[in-house]
Amino acid sequence: MDALVRLVRDEGARVLATLVRLTGSLELAEDATQDAIERALLTWPRDGVPDNPRAWLIVTAKRRAVDLIRREAQRPAKEALAMLPEDQVAPDTDLLSLIFTCCHPALSLDAQVALALRTLGGLATDEVARALLVPEPTMAKRLTRARQKIQNARIPYRVPPDADLPERLNGVAATVYLIFNKAYDDPQAAGLAGEAVRLARMLAGLMPDEPTALGLLALLLLQDSRRAARLDPSGPLVLLPDQDRSRWDRAAIREGVTILGTALRRSPVRPDRYAVQAAIAACHALAPTYAQTAWDAVISWYDVLLTVQDTPVVRLNRAAAVAERDGPSAGLALVARLSGLESYPWWHATRAELLSRLGDVPAARTAYCAALALELSAPQRSHLESRLAAL
Amino acid sequence: MALYVALTYTDDVDWSRPGPEHAEEMREYNAFGQAAAAVIKGGHALYPTATATTVRVNGGKGGDVLTSDGPYAETKEALTGFYVLECADLDEAVALAARIPAAWNGAVEIRPVIVFGQ
Repeated sequence: MDALVRLVRDEGARVLATLVRLTGSLELAEDATQDAIERALLTWPRDGVPDNPRAWLIVTAKRRAVDLIRREAQRPAKEALAMLPEDQVAPDTDLLSLIFTCCHPALSLDAQVALALRTLGGLATDEVARALLVPEPTMAKRLTRARQKIQNARIPYRVPPDADLPERLNGVAATVYLIFNKAYDDPQAAGLAGEAVRLARMLAGLMPDEPTALGLLALLLLQDSRRAARLDPSGPLVLLPDQDRSRWDRAAIREGVTILGTALRRSPVRPDRYAVQAAIAACHALAPTYAQTAWDAVISWYDVLLTVQDTPVVRLNRAAAVAERDGPSAGLALVARLSGLESYPWWHATRAELLSRLGDVPAARTAYCAALALELSAPQRSHLESRLAAL
Repeated sequence: MALYVALTYTDDVDWSRPGPEHAEEMREYNAFGQAAAAVIKGGHALYPTATATTVRVNGGKGGDVLTSDGPYAETKEALTGFYVLECADLDEAVALAARIPAAWNGAVEIRPVIVFGQ
Protein backbone atom coordinates (compact mmCIF):
# COMPACT_ATOMS: atom_id res chain seq x y z
CA MET A 1 0.00 0.00 0.00
CA ASP A 2 2.84 2.34 0.84
CA ALA A 3 4.38 1.62 -2.58
CA LEU A 4 1.06 2.40 -4.20
CA VAL A 5 0.76 5.75 -2.43
CA ARG A 6 4.30 6.57 -3.51
CA LEU A 7 3.63 5.56 -7.12
CA VAL A 8 0.49 7.68 -7.26
CA ARG A 9 2.27 10.63 -5.70
CA ASP A 10 5.27 10.37 -8.05
CA GLU A 11 3.00 10.20 -11.09
CA GLY A 12 0.74 12.90 -9.63
CA ALA A 13 3.12 15.77 -10.43
CA ARG A 14 3.41 14.68 -14.09
CA VAL A 15 -0.32 14.20 -14.43
CA LEU A 16 -0.91 17.63 -12.88
CA ALA A 17 1.64 19.22 -15.22
CA THR A 18 -0.06 17.76 -18.27
CA LEU A 19 -3.45 18.90 -17.02
CA VAL A 20 -2.14 22.45 -16.54
CA ARG A 21 -1.08 22.47 -20.18
CA LEU A 22 -4.44 21.09 -21.33
CA THR A 23 -6.64 23.36 -19.21
CA GLY A 24 -4.45 26.44 -18.85
CA SER A 25 -5.49 26.66 -15.20
CA LEU A 26 -3.46 25.51 -12.22
CA GLU A 27 -6.50 25.54 -9.95
CA LEU A 28 -8.67 23.43 -12.25
CA ALA A 29 -5.78 21.07 -12.96
CA GLU A 30 -5.17 20.56 -9.26
CA ASP A 31 -8.83 19.75 -8.60
CA ALA A 32 -8.97 17.28 -11.48
CA THR A 33 -5.67 15.60 -10.58
CA GLN A 34 -6.67 15.31 -6.94
CA ASP A 35 -9.87 13.58 -8.01
CA ALA A 36 -7.99 11.14 -10.25
CA ILE A 37 -5.55 10.32 -7.44
CA GLU A 38 -8.40 9.65 -5.02
CA ARG A 39 -10.03 7.32 -7.55
CA ALA A 40 -6.75 5.52 -8.12
CA LEU A 41 -6.22 4.96 -4.40
CA LEU A 42 -9.78 3.67 -4.17
CA THR A 43 -9.85 1.33 -7.17
CA TRP A 44 -6.27 0.15 -7.73
CA PRO A 45 -5.97 -1.88 -4.50
CA ARG A 46 -9.18 -3.68 -5.57
CA ASP A 47 -8.72 -4.01 -9.36
CA GLY A 48 -4.94 -3.97 -9.56
CA VAL A 49 -2.61 -1.27 -10.90
CA PRO A 50 -3.25 -0.57 -14.59
CA ASP A 51 -0.50 -1.34 -17.13
CA ASN A 52 0.11 2.34 -17.70
CA PRO A 53 -0.74 4.12 -14.45
CA ARG A 54 0.18 7.55 -15.78
CA ALA A 55 -2.08 7.24 -18.82
CA TRP A 56 -4.90 6.01 -16.58
CA LEU A 57 -4.47 9.00 -14.27
CA ILE A 58 -4.30 11.49 -17.15
CA VAL A 59 -7.43 10.10 -18.80
CA THR A 60 -9.30 10.11 -15.50
CA ALA A 61 -8.14 13.62 -14.60
CA LYS A 62 -9.04 14.91 -18.08
CA ARG A 63 -12.53 13.49 -17.79
CA ARG A 64 -12.92 15.18 -14.43
CA ALA A 65 -11.59 18.49 -15.81
CA VAL A 66 -14.12 18.44 -18.64
CA ASP A 67 -16.87 17.81 -16.07
CA LEU A 68 -15.68 20.70 -13.97
CA ILE A 69 -15.51 23.07 -16.94
CA ARG A 70 -19.01 22.12 -18.05
CA ARG A 71 -20.42 22.41 -14.56
CA GLU A 72 -18.97 25.84 -14.03
CA ALA A 73 -20.25 26.70 -17.52
CA GLN A 74 -17.72 29.46 -17.61
CA ARG A 75 -16.35 28.17 -20.85
CA PRO A 76 -18.23 27.06 -23.95
CA ALA A 77 -18.77 23.31 -24.32
CA LYS A 78 -16.67 23.49 -27.49
CA GLU A 79 -13.62 24.43 -25.47
CA ALA A 80 -14.29 21.65 -23.01
CA LEU A 81 -14.70 19.16 -25.84
CA ALA A 82 -11.51 20.35 -27.50
CA MET A 83 -9.69 18.76 -24.63
CA LEU A 84 -11.11 15.34 -25.30
CA PRO A 85 -9.02 14.20 -28.27
CA GLU A 86 -5.86 12.33 -27.41
CA ASP A 87 -2.87 14.64 -27.44
CA GLN A 88 0.78 13.81 -27.80
CA VAL A 89 1.63 13.44 -24.16
CA ALA A 90 5.00 14.91 -23.28
CA PRO A 91 5.08 14.51 -19.49
CA ASP A 92 8.73 15.50 -19.18
CA THR A 93 8.26 18.83 -20.92
CA ASP A 94 5.01 19.35 -19.04
CA LEU A 95 6.55 18.71 -15.65
CA LEU A 96 9.55 20.91 -16.41
CA SER A 97 7.22 23.70 -17.54
CA LEU A 98 5.29 23.43 -14.30
CA ILE A 99 8.51 23.54 -12.26
CA PHE A 100 9.49 26.78 -13.98
CA THR A 101 6.01 28.20 -13.37
CA CYS A 102 6.09 27.38 -9.65
CA CYS A 103 9.62 28.79 -9.24
CA HIS A 104 9.04 31.91 -11.34
CA PRO A 105 10.98 34.93 -10.03
CA ALA A 106 7.78 37.02 -10.04
CA LEU A 107 6.58 34.87 -7.11
CA SER A 108 7.92 35.50 -3.62
CA LEU A 109 10.36 32.91 -2.28
CA ASP A 110 7.79 31.89 0.34
CA ALA A 111 5.24 31.30 -2.40
CA GLN A 112 7.75 29.36 -4.50
CA VAL A 113 8.60 27.11 -1.57
CA ALA A 114 4.91 26.51 -0.81
CA LEU A 115 4.08 25.72 -4.44
CA ALA A 116 7.12 23.47 -4.83
CA LEU A 117 5.95 21.36 -1.88
CA ARG A 118 2.23 21.45 -2.63
CA THR A 119 2.09 21.38 -6.42
CA LEU A 120 5.34 19.64 -7.36
CA GLY A 121 5.83 17.58 -4.21
CA GLY A 122 2.20 16.56 -3.93
CA LEU A 123 1.93 17.29 -0.21
CA ALA A 124 -1.49 18.29 1.12
CA THR A 125 -1.89 21.90 2.26
CA ASP A 126 -1.93 20.92 5.95
CA GLU A 127 1.24 18.88 5.45
CA VAL A 128 2.99 21.85 3.81
CA ALA A 129 1.85 24.07 6.67
CA ARG A 130 3.20 21.64 9.27
CA ALA A 131 6.49 21.16 7.43
CA LEU A 132 7.08 24.91 7.23
CA LEU A 133 5.78 25.52 10.77
CA VAL A 134 3.11 27.93 9.52
CA PRO A 135 -0.58 27.86 10.58
CA GLU A 136 -2.71 26.03 8.01
CA PRO A 137 -5.00 28.99 7.15
CA THR A 138 -1.92 31.13 6.50
CA MET A 139 -0.54 28.47 4.17
CA ALA A 140 -3.88 28.02 2.39
CA LYS A 141 -4.05 31.77 1.82
CA ARG A 142 -0.45 31.89 0.58
CA LEU A 143 -1.12 29.10 -1.93
CA THR A 144 -4.35 30.67 -3.15
CA ARG A 145 -2.66 34.01 -3.64
CA ALA A 146 0.18 32.38 -5.56
CA ARG A 147 -2.21 30.47 -7.84
CA GLN A 148 -4.17 33.65 -8.50
CA LYS A 149 -1.02 35.53 -9.41
CA ILE A 150 0.00 32.75 -11.81
CA GLN A 151 -3.44 32.89 -13.39
CA ASN A 152 -4.12 36.63 -13.47
CA ALA A 153 -0.65 37.98 -14.16
CA ARG A 154 -0.18 35.15 -16.68
CA ILE A 155 3.03 33.70 -15.37
CA PRO A 156 3.94 31.51 -18.32
CA TYR A 157 3.88 27.73 -18.29
CA ARG A 158 6.88 26.75 -20.39
CA VAL A 159 10.55 25.87 -20.28
CA PRO A 160 12.39 29.22 -20.55
CA PRO A 161 14.27 29.97 -23.77
CA ASP A 162 17.99 29.06 -23.82
CA ALA A 163 19.10 32.63 -23.16
CA ASP A 164 17.20 32.75 -19.85
CA LEU A 165 17.66 29.11 -18.88
CA PRO A 166 20.81 29.30 -16.72
CA GLU A 167 19.41 32.10 -14.58
CA ARG A 168 15.97 30.52 -14.27
CA LEU A 169 17.45 27.13 -13.45
CA ASN A 170 19.52 28.79 -10.73
CA GLY A 171 16.28 30.18 -9.35
CA VAL A 172 14.69 26.73 -9.23
CA ALA A 173 17.82 25.29 -7.59
CA ALA A 174 17.83 28.10 -5.01
CA THR A 175 14.23 27.32 -4.07
CA VAL A 176 14.92 23.60 -3.63
CA TYR A 177 18.09 24.36 -1.66
CA LEU A 178 16.14 26.74 0.57
CA ILE A 179 13.67 23.93 1.35
CA PHE A 180 16.59 21.65 2.21
CA ASN A 181 18.21 24.27 4.43
CA LYS A 182 15.00 24.82 6.38
CA ALA A 183 15.38 21.21 7.48
CA TYR A 184 19.15 21.17 7.89
CA ASP A 185 19.41 22.47 11.43
CA ASP A 186 15.88 21.90 12.63
CA PRO A 187 14.79 18.38 13.59
CA GLN A 188 11.17 19.57 13.62
CA ALA A 189 11.40 20.22 9.90
CA ALA A 190 13.48 17.13 9.11
CA GLY A 191 10.84 15.78 6.70
CA LEU A 192 11.60 18.67 4.37
CA ALA A 193 15.07 17.29 3.67
CA GLY A 194 13.55 14.23 2.02
CA GLU A 195 11.15 16.44 0.04
CA ALA A 196 14.02 18.60 -1.18
CA VAL A 197 16.02 15.55 -2.27
CA ARG A 198 12.93 14.29 -4.09
CA LEU A 199 12.52 17.62 -5.92
CA ALA A 200 16.24 17.71 -6.78
CA ARG A 201 15.96 14.17 -8.11
CA MET A 202 12.97 15.18 -10.23
CA LEU A 203 14.91 18.14 -11.65
CA ALA A 204 18.05 16.10 -12.36
CA GLY A 205 15.95 13.41 -14.05
CA LEU A 206 14.37 16.03 -16.32
CA MET A 207 17.63 17.89 -17.08
CA PRO A 208 20.30 15.16 -17.01
CA ASP A 209 22.80 17.33 -18.91
CA GLU A 210 22.59 20.39 -16.67
CA PRO A 211 25.48 20.67 -14.17
CA THR A 212 23.31 22.81 -11.89
CA ALA A 213 20.59 20.15 -11.62
CA LEU A 214 23.16 17.37 -11.11
CA GLY A 215 25.28 19.44 -8.72
CA LEU A 216 22.26 20.30 -6.60
CA LEU A 217 21.19 16.65 -6.32
CA ALA A 218 24.75 15.57 -5.48
CA LEU A 219 25.05 18.30 -2.84
CA LEU A 220 21.74 17.41 -1.18
CA LEU A 221 22.50 13.68 -1.17
CA LEU A 222 25.94 14.23 0.36
CA GLN A 223 24.74 16.69 2.99
CA ASP A 224 21.71 14.59 3.82
CA SER A 225 23.88 11.45 4.16
CA ARG A 226 25.11 12.85 7.49
CA ARG A 227 21.66 13.63 8.88
CA ALA A 228 21.46 10.72 11.37
CA ALA A 229 24.91 11.49 12.78
CA ARG A 230 24.41 15.23 12.79
CA LEU A 231 20.97 15.79 14.18
CA ASP A 232 19.57 14.06 17.22
CA PRO A 233 15.91 14.97 17.78
CA SER A 234 16.53 15.75 21.43
CA GLY A 235 20.27 16.34 21.66
CA PRO A 236 22.65 19.04 20.53
CA LEU A 237 23.87 19.50 16.98
CA VAL A 238 26.89 17.26 16.32
CA LEU A 239 29.44 18.90 14.01
CA LEU A 240 31.74 17.10 11.57
CA PRO A 241 34.73 16.45 13.89
CA ASP A 242 32.55 14.62 16.44
CA GLN A 243 30.15 12.76 14.16
CA ASP A 244 29.92 8.97 14.34
CA ARG A 245 30.86 8.23 10.73
CA SER A 246 29.43 4.73 10.91
CA ARG A 247 25.99 6.37 10.99
CA TRP A 248 26.50 8.13 7.65
CA ASP A 249 24.31 6.87 4.83
CA ARG A 250 26.82 5.09 2.57
CA ALA A 251 24.32 4.51 -0.25
CA ALA A 252 23.53 8.24 -0.42
CA ILE A 253 27.27 9.04 -0.40
CA ARG A 254 27.96 6.61 -3.26
CA GLU A 255 25.10 8.03 -5.31
CA GLY A 256 26.09 11.61 -4.53
CA VAL A 257 29.72 11.07 -5.51
CA THR A 258 28.72 9.37 -8.79
CA ILE A 259 26.35 12.19 -9.72
CA LEU A 260 28.97 14.75 -8.72
CA GLY A 261 31.41 13.14 -11.16
CA THR A 262 28.90 13.53 -13.98
CA ALA A 263 28.16 17.12 -12.96
CA LEU A 264 31.84 18.06 -13.01
CA ARG A 265 32.42 16.34 -16.37
CA ARG A 266 29.48 18.26 -17.85
CA SER A 267 30.61 21.57 -16.34
CA PRO A 268 31.62 24.22 -18.81
CA VAL A 269 34.61 26.47 -18.14
CA ARG A 270 32.77 28.18 -15.31
CA PRO A 271 32.05 25.56 -12.65
CA ASP A 272 28.60 25.30 -11.16
CA ARG A 273 28.39 26.49 -7.56
CA TYR A 274 26.29 23.56 -6.36
CA ALA A 275 28.67 21.06 -7.95
CA VAL A 276 31.63 22.77 -6.24
CA GLN A 277 29.88 22.73 -2.87
CA ALA A 278 29.09 19.05 -3.49
CA ALA A 279 32.80 18.46 -4.17
CA ILE A 280 33.63 19.92 -0.76
CA ALA A 281 30.93 17.77 0.85
CA ALA A 282 32.38 14.74 -0.98
CA CYS A 283 35.88 15.41 0.46
CA HIS A 284 34.33 15.13 3.93
CA ALA A 285 32.12 12.18 3.03
CA LEU A 286 35.06 10.17 1.72
CA ALA A 287 37.44 10.88 4.62
CA PRO A 288 37.72 7.86 6.96
CA THR A 289 38.21 10.15 9.97
CA TYR A 290 38.12 13.89 10.56
CA ALA A 291 41.91 13.97 11.02
CA GLN A 292 42.40 12.19 7.69
CA THR A 293 40.35 14.75 5.72
CA ALA A 294 42.15 15.89 2.56
CA TRP A 295 42.35 19.53 3.66
CA ASP A 296 44.43 20.52 0.61
CA ALA A 297 41.61 19.35 -1.63
CA VAL A 298 38.95 21.03 0.55
CA ILE A 299 40.83 24.35 0.44
CA SER A 300 41.35 24.09 -3.34
CA TRP A 301 37.63 23.54 -3.85
CA TYR A 302 36.89 26.56 -1.65
CA ASP A 303 39.21 28.57 -3.91
CA VAL A 304 37.19 27.41 -6.90
CA LEU A 305 33.95 28.24 -5.09
CA LEU A 306 35.20 31.78 -4.43
CA THR A 307 35.46 32.32 -8.19
CA VAL A 308 31.71 31.76 -8.59
CA GLN A 309 30.38 32.68 -5.13
CA ASP A 310 32.58 35.09 -3.23
CA THR A 311 30.70 35.65 0.03
CA PRO A 312 31.96 36.22 3.59
CA VAL A 313 30.39 32.90 4.68
CA VAL A 314 32.33 30.96 2.01
CA ARG A 315 35.51 32.75 3.14
CA LEU A 316 34.73 31.84 6.75
CA ASN A 317 34.35 28.15 5.88
CA ARG A 318 37.58 28.28 3.89
CA ALA A 319 39.33 29.83 6.90
CA ALA A 320 38.11 26.95 9.09
CA ALA A 321 39.64 24.47 6.63
CA VAL A 322 42.91 26.45 6.59
CA ALA A 323 42.95 26.25 10.40
CA GLU A 324 42.77 22.45 10.17
CA ARG A 325 45.68 22.31 7.74
CA ASP A 326 47.94 25.16 8.89
CA GLY A 327 46.95 25.56 12.53
CA PRO A 328 44.58 27.82 14.50
CA SER A 329 46.59 31.07 14.19
CA ALA A 330 46.57 30.86 10.38
CA GLY A 331 42.81 30.28 10.45
CA LEU A 332 42.18 33.01 13.00
CA ALA A 333 44.13 35.54 10.94
CA LEU A 334 41.79 34.86 8.00
CA VAL A 335 38.67 34.93 10.20
CA ALA A 336 39.71 38.26 11.72
CA ARG A 337 40.00 39.80 8.26
CA LEU A 338 36.34 39.12 7.42
CA SER A 339 33.80 41.87 7.90
CA GLY A 340 30.04 41.93 7.85
CA LEU A 341 29.54 38.69 9.75
CA GLU A 342 28.82 40.18 13.19
CA SER A 343 25.25 38.91 13.06
CA TYR A 344 26.26 35.44 11.84
CA PRO A 345 26.61 33.15 14.91
CA TRP A 346 29.08 30.78 13.22
CA TRP A 347 31.59 33.59 12.71
CA HIS A 348 31.70 34.09 16.49
CA ALA A 349 31.63 30.32 17.07
CA THR A 350 34.55 29.72 14.68
CA ARG A 351 36.56 32.47 16.36
CA ALA A 352 35.73 30.97 19.76
CA GLU A 353 36.87 27.51 18.66
CA LEU A 354 40.17 28.79 17.27
CA LEU A 355 40.81 31.06 20.27
CA SER A 356 40.26 28.14 22.63
CA ARG A 357 42.68 26.01 20.62
CA LEU A 358 45.23 28.81 21.07
CA GLY A 359 44.59 28.73 24.82
CA ASP A 360 42.91 32.16 25.04
CA VAL A 361 39.98 31.02 27.20
CA PRO A 362 38.59 34.47 28.17
CA ALA A 363 38.45 35.62 24.54
CA ALA A 364 36.92 32.28 23.51
CA ARG A 365 34.26 32.65 26.21
CA THR A 366 33.37 36.16 25.01
CA ALA A 367 33.07 34.89 21.44
CA TYR A 368 30.83 31.95 22.40
CA CYS A 369 28.60 34.33 24.36
CA ALA A 370 28.39 36.63 21.32
CA ALA A 371 27.29 33.64 19.20
CA LEU A 372 24.70 32.56 21.79
CA ALA A 373 23.23 36.07 21.86
CA LEU A 374 22.13 35.58 18.24
CA GLU A 375 19.25 33.58 16.77
CA LEU A 376 19.89 29.82 16.75
CA SER A 377 17.88 26.62 16.47
CA ALA A 378 17.60 24.56 19.66
CA PRO A 379 20.20 21.93 18.61
CA GLN A 380 22.64 24.66 17.50
CA ARG A 381 22.20 26.44 20.81
CA SER A 382 22.79 23.37 22.95
CA HIS A 383 25.88 22.52 20.88
CA LEU A 384 27.40 25.96 21.50
CA GLU A 385 26.39 25.90 25.18
CA SER A 386 28.21 22.60 25.68
CA ARG A 387 31.34 24.00 23.95
CA LEU A 388 31.22 27.02 26.23
CA ALA A 389 30.82 24.83 29.31
CA ALA A 390 33.79 22.68 28.24
CA LEU A 391 36.21 25.63 28.12
CA MET B 1 -2.96 38.25 -25.24
CA ALA B 2 -3.33 40.12 -21.99
CA LEU B 3 -3.26 43.76 -20.97
CA TYR B 4 -0.85 45.07 -18.35
CA VAL B 5 -0.31 48.51 -16.90
CA ALA B 6 3.30 49.45 -16.32
CA LEU B 7 3.47 52.14 -13.61
CA THR B 8 6.67 54.15 -13.57
CA TYR B 9 8.05 55.18 -10.18
CA THR B 10 10.90 57.69 -10.36
CA ASP B 11 12.09 61.01 -9.00
CA ASP B 12 9.25 63.47 -9.08
CA VAL B 13 10.29 64.96 -12.43
CA ASP B 14 8.18 67.65 -14.09
CA TRP B 15 7.89 66.18 -17.58
CA SER B 16 5.86 69.18 -18.79
CA ARG B 17 9.03 71.27 -18.68
CA PRO B 18 12.00 68.92 -18.56
CA GLY B 19 15.33 70.60 -17.93
CA PRO B 20 18.43 69.95 -20.01
CA GLU B 21 19.47 67.31 -17.44
CA HIS B 22 16.46 65.26 -18.58
CA ALA B 23 17.01 65.64 -22.32
CA GLU B 24 18.79 62.30 -22.62
CA GLU B 25 16.11 60.49 -20.60
CA MET B 26 13.42 62.13 -22.76
CA ARG B 27 15.15 60.77 -25.85
CA GLU B 28 15.23 57.31 -24.22
CA TYR B 29 11.48 57.47 -23.53
CA ASN B 30 10.79 58.51 -27.10
CA ALA B 31 12.97 55.71 -28.43
CA PHE B 32 11.15 53.20 -26.24
CA GLY B 33 7.78 54.56 -27.36
CA GLN B 34 8.72 54.12 -31.01
CA ALA B 35 10.34 50.71 -30.61
CA ALA B 36 7.42 49.30 -28.64
CA ALA B 37 4.67 51.15 -30.53
CA ALA B 38 3.02 47.90 -31.60
CA VAL B 39 2.33 46.78 -28.05
CA ILE B 40 1.77 50.14 -26.32
CA LYS B 41 -1.99 50.50 -26.16
CA GLY B 42 -1.99 53.71 -24.16
CA GLY B 43 -0.29 55.65 -21.43
CA HIS B 44 0.70 59.09 -20.25
CA ALA B 45 3.29 60.98 -18.32
CA LEU B 46 1.83 62.68 -15.26
CA TYR B 47 2.38 66.17 -13.83
CA PRO B 48 4.44 66.03 -10.62
CA THR B 49 2.94 65.04 -7.29
CA ALA B 50 2.71 68.71 -6.26
CA THR B 51 -0.30 68.87 -8.59
CA ALA B 52 -1.95 65.80 -7.07
CA THR B 53 -5.19 65.98 -5.12
CA THR B 54 -6.36 63.09 -2.99
CA VAL B 55 -10.11 62.75 -2.53
CA ARG B 56 -11.98 60.91 0.20
CA VAL B 57 -15.64 60.82 1.12
CA ASN B 58 -16.11 60.86 4.85
CA GLY B 59 -19.01 59.03 6.51
CA GLY B 60 -19.92 56.67 3.66
CA LYS B 61 -21.41 57.25 0.22
CA GLY B 62 -22.83 60.76 -0.13
CA GLY B 63 -20.85 62.02 2.86
CA ASP B 64 -18.49 64.94 3.10
CA VAL B 65 -15.98 65.24 0.32
CA LEU B 66 -12.54 65.75 1.77
CA THR B 67 -9.74 66.79 -0.49
CA SER B 68 -6.14 66.94 0.50
CA ASP B 69 -3.17 68.36 -1.30
CA GLY B 70 -0.65 65.83 -2.52
CA PRO B 71 -0.44 62.19 -3.60
CA TYR B 72 -2.12 59.26 -1.85
CA ALA B 73 1.22 58.06 -0.51
CA GLU B 74 4.29 60.17 0.04
CA THR B 75 7.17 58.02 -1.16
CA LYS B 76 10.72 58.68 -2.17
CA GLU B 77 9.91 57.61 -5.71
CA ALA B 78 6.65 58.90 -7.07
CA LEU B 79 4.18 57.63 -9.65
CA THR B 80 5.17 59.69 -12.67
CA GLY B 81 3.49 57.92 -15.54
CA PHE B 82 2.05 54.73 -16.95
CA TYR B 83 1.82 52.61 -20.08
CA VAL B 84 -0.86 50.14 -21.09
CA LEU B 85 0.88 47.18 -22.73
CA GLU B 86 -0.50 44.21 -24.60
CA CYS B 87 1.62 41.09 -24.05
CA ALA B 88 1.31 37.34 -24.33
CA ASP B 89 2.41 36.70 -20.75
CA LEU B 90 4.25 38.12 -17.75
CA ASP B 91 7.70 37.25 -19.14
CA GLU B 92 6.99 39.41 -22.18
CA ALA B 93 5.69 42.22 -19.97
CA VAL B 94 8.78 42.04 -17.75
CA ALA B 95 11.10 42.12 -20.76
CA LEU B 96 9.26 45.17 -22.05
CA ALA B 97 9.19 46.93 -18.68
CA ALA B 98 12.94 46.44 -18.42
CA ARG B 99 13.30 48.67 -21.50
CA ILE B 100 11.39 51.60 -19.96
CA PRO B 101 13.90 54.24 -18.73
CA ALA B 102 12.11 54.33 -15.35
CA ALA B 103 13.35 50.76 -14.77
CA TRP B 104 16.92 52.03 -14.37
CA ASN B 105 16.04 55.48 -13.01
CA GLY B 106 13.59 54.09 -10.48
CA ALA B 107 11.24 51.12 -10.76
CA VAL B 108 8.39 49.89 -12.92
CA GLU B 109 5.41 48.07 -11.38
CA ILE B 110 3.52 45.74 -13.70
CA ARG B 111 -0.11 44.98 -12.98
CA PRO B 112 -2.42 42.77 -15.04
CA VAL B 113 -5.57 44.57 -16.17
CA ILE B 114 -9.01 43.10 -15.50
CA VAL B 115 -11.04 43.06 -18.69
CA PHE B 116 -14.64 42.75 -17.55
CA GLY B 117 -17.07 40.69 -19.56
CA GLN B 118 -14.44 38.35 -20.92
